Amino acid sequence: MADQILDAKGLSCPLPILRTKKALKDLPTGGTLQVLATDPGAVKDFEAFCRTTGNQLMESKVEDKVYSFLIKRTA
Amino acid sequence: MSEVANNTKSMSLIVTKGTLDWAYPPFILATTAAAMGLEVTMFFTFYGLTLLKKKLDLEISTLGNPAMKMPMMGMHMVMPNLVSAMPGADAMATTMMKNLIKKKGVASIEELRQMAVEADVKMIACQMTLDLFEYTMDDMIEGPTVGGAATYIENATKCDINLFI
Repeated sequence: MADQILDAKGLSCPLPILRTKKALKDLPTGGTLQVLATDPGAVKDFEAFCRTTGNQLMESKVEDKVYSFLIKRTA
Repeated sequence: MSEVANNTKSMSLIVTKGTLDWAYPPFILATTAAAMGLEVTMFFTFYGLTLLKKKLDLEISTLGNPAMKMPMMGMHMVMPNLVSAMPGADAMATTMMKNLIKKKGVASIEELRQMAVEADVKMIACQMTLDLFEYTMDDMIEGPTVGGAATYIENATKCDINLFI
């Protein structure tokens, strides 16, 4: 289970990323955040976000049209 | 070269348009870049300057915009120029666009601008445009500084990404 869950369902680009950034800031290094989103563009965006910021995207999956990203704060 | 140690990426944007639709690209890119750790500078000039006004009253016009095919009644419709030119057409198109924005979970410009300010995005208001359109910094939100072309160029020479919108 992630340390924290962020519900970004129903939000369009770039809000899921912006909210994620905010949530990560409040996590201790090594902490994990699960983000739920319905924006199909989020899949590529979360990969790019994590690559650029140096955070670790541990899991990316989709279930019933809800995308779930598990991010470990490593930056 | 004292700046070599700093390998933070950076981006600058020249913001030239002040309609509701064209306000989105610069604020979306600026907030996202800031969230991804970039140092961001926005230079607001000409109609883009109005995006810094305390109270935003952004509008959209369908006039002369044949690419604006709005989803309506299950299809995509273009407003003929003759209709777009009628009084109230812009207000109607603006209301429709704002409803669509809300329905689709798209952020408002006010919201994105606030996030840009909170993310320490550097904003520069063009001095020449302030003078030209008779605005003062009292009309604008707190935060932006005033500058000119040289201020922007100096900043842009240090940026990895420079965009004109």
